[in-house]
Amino acid sequence: MVKSRLRAALVGAMAALAFAGPAAAQGVVKIAYLEGLSGPFGNVGEVGLRHLQFAAERINEKGGVLGQKIEVVPFDTKTSPQEAQLVFKQLVDQGIRYMMQGNGSAVALALSEAMGKHNARNPEQTVLYMNYGAVDPALTNDKCNFYHFRFDADVDMKMQALTNYMATQKNIAKVYLINQDYSFGQSVAKAARAMLNQKRPDVQIVGDDLHPLGKVKDFAPYVAKIKASGADAVVTGNWGNDVALLIKAAKDAGLTADFYTYYAGGLGTPPVIGEAGVGHLKQVTVFHSNIGGSGTVANVEAYRKRFPDSKDDFYWTSIINAMTMLTMAMEKVKSTDPVKVAPALEGIKIDTITGEVTMRADNHQAVQPIFVSTFSKANGKDVKFDVERTGFGFRTDARIEAKDTVLPTTCKFQRPKG
Amino acid sequence: MEFFLVTLLNSLSYGLLLFMLSSGLTLIFSMMGVLNFAHASFYMLGAYFAYQTSTYVGFWPALVIAPLVVAGLGAITERYGLRTVHKYGHVAELLFTFGLAYIIEEVVHLIWGRAPVPYRIPEILDFSAFSIFSTQYPAYRVFMMLISVAMLVALYLVLTRTRIGMIIQASLSHPDMVQALGHNVPTVFMLVFAGGAALAGLAGVIGGNAFVTEPGMAVSVGTIVFVVVVFGGMGSLAGAFIASLIIGAVQTFSVAFDYSLLSLFGTIGIKVNTESGWMELWKVTIAQAAPVLPYLLMVAMLIVRPKGLMGTREG
Repeated sequence: MVKSRLRAALVGAMAALAFAGPAAAQGVVKIAYLEGLSGPFGNVGEVGLRHLQFAAERINEKGGVLGQKIEVVPFDTKTSPQEAQLVFKQLVDQGIRYMMQGNGSAVALALSEAMGKHNARNPEQTVLYMNYGAVDPALTNDKCNFYHFRFDADVDMKMQALTNYMATQKNIAKVYLINQDYSFGQSVAKAARAMLNQKRPDVQIVGDDLHPLGKVKDFAPYVAKIKASGADAVVTGNWGNDVALLIKAAKDAGLTADFYTYYAGGLGTPPVIGEAGVGHLKQVTVFHSNIGGSGTVANVEAYRKRFPDSKDDFYWTSIINAMTMLTMAMEKVKSTDPVKVAPALEGIKIDTITGEVTMRADNHQAVQPIFVSTFSKANGKDVKFDVERTGFGFRTDARIEAKDTVLPTTCKFQRPKG
Repeated sequence: MEFFLVTLLNSLSYGLLLFMLSSGLTLIFSMMGVLNFAHASFYMLGAYFAYQTSTYVGFWPALVIAPLVVAGLGAITERYGLRTVHKYGHVAELLFTFGLAYIIEEVVHLIWGRAPVPYRIPEILDFSAFSIFSTQYPAYRVFMMLISVAMLVALYLVLTRTRIGMIIQASLSHPDMVQALGHNVPTVFMLVFAGGAALAGLAGVIGGNAFVTEPGMAVSVGTIVFVVVVFGGMGSLAGAFIASLIIGAVQTFSVAFDYSLLSLFGTIGIKVNTESGWMELWKVTIAQAAPVLPYLLMVAMLIVRPKGLMGTREG
């Protein structure tokens, strides 16, 4: 930790020196990584940072992009929208033109808005935003921005996949929704309610709770409420400690309902639930380490080798895809200027370990296959890899093809002139 | 019924933990007139020390060692910190503890990092103690309650049945007289401060693994503890006890109520304009407002009875 702080300080000092020179320093493309690296979600922020470093190192090993190396510059936003806006000013001052963020849609909305204003006023310093995990649908609909690109599937796309799967599960009769009280959690609750009503009108929604983000340390009262409602399935978009503690409380109270989650495979949850989650804990994601294929195995093993001390695993394909697409677009237009790179990202297609990923031109949302999977005992075959060295991993229940996840958009962004 | 019993037990275990924290704070306040802003930081230190100790020698020795180390730090804080700034008055003392809270947080960042540490419940206590209808009740919660109650009884006995307890009680109200009788009042102050810190540390040891051990834990419980002390009455142990249980119950039970002002209007037959900008406020349920309820209670108490539930001081 001390080491990484030192490094962050050094990077900061170096960036300050670079500020004195021309905006785009010679020989490096800087990617600002904006995430809560402290506070309740500091641990998940660090996981993303490792993935970005992993992606950047691979590109650099192959000689970088257009002969320039990729350099990752981490910034701590404390997962706060206000803090993130201040950080945005800092990175602009340091001449950084690319940023990446993914934890927290409230932060993402604030950043996208700040970037929109900045780009309109300072077109010569245009910043491009790669969103790897903030999945509030508004970001690619009502509040979309030309320079914002999302590489993860949004709440509605994932809920579409999840409810398609839930519709086939005949044992579900009563569903309980529990989510974090901010834009993302609210949109999960809204999408779940609407889609379940449509696909399984016989299913009763017996509870709909919103709790403060990152503040609840004891979920026992909520679990008692879920238990009292008689729910046999719980749908939650909770992430970070909020999902780990919820699952822990559910396990302590002996709650046997199935959990349909967005982020149960994220850091911290699998060790908490262990055996009790087998068969009960499900997640909807664009990737998990047991989707199969030699590419998946190679990536997971390379990541474990690169970060042997960390407990997390290869998880954020959206970060890898973002960097692959970015370098392809840069090479296509032979420039690292976001004004030229952004249009080149539109419609770009790449072959990945999960299948083909395309960047939609009308709202800048990546389209890719989505997986529903269940927590199971690792067996070396279809559950080859465990998560966080627990002996348990995820097994694919359903693969939803990319074309079946496309939803209409209300996005009407202003394209830059020329 | 099942829900009520489980929630009642949950609120009891949370309330007792709050009391362990607030008892030290209120004791220190009544004795020295200092609101110790760093009190919750001792709670956090207790959790981190217990985590560190338990990685070497296991949980049970940590249960004893961690509070003792925190007590030592508390004694040093009083002897070399508070006593030095005491001559500049209460404001200086207040600012000192305020600054100390920040320093402790930064030190924790430096040593253990910003992410939560894997401080876990010992395996021997990781089972369900009993079942209420179909809900299991974890043994560790029972253990937490036992520790809290044992501490409560011990504190009561020390304060009322022992010589040192009598001197402490006498120093609370008549420090000059106690000094004149030949007792070393500054040392008594130091002992009380160390004792209060140890109680907070003990709460950290058993609360840290039940919830999360992270650098933000001091801030998140700190404000609630102040609410407890103000609500119960500054300097009153009995008040702090009742207030802890009330605040614990309010926080746990409020989660269960999905009533909003809108549903209240519905029952008493008031039509509400659904287009109005106030709609967002009317729709907030008690469950959603749960985190602010303790603060509302505190404000209400300050309006109705500024000295708190059992407090003796006015204003």
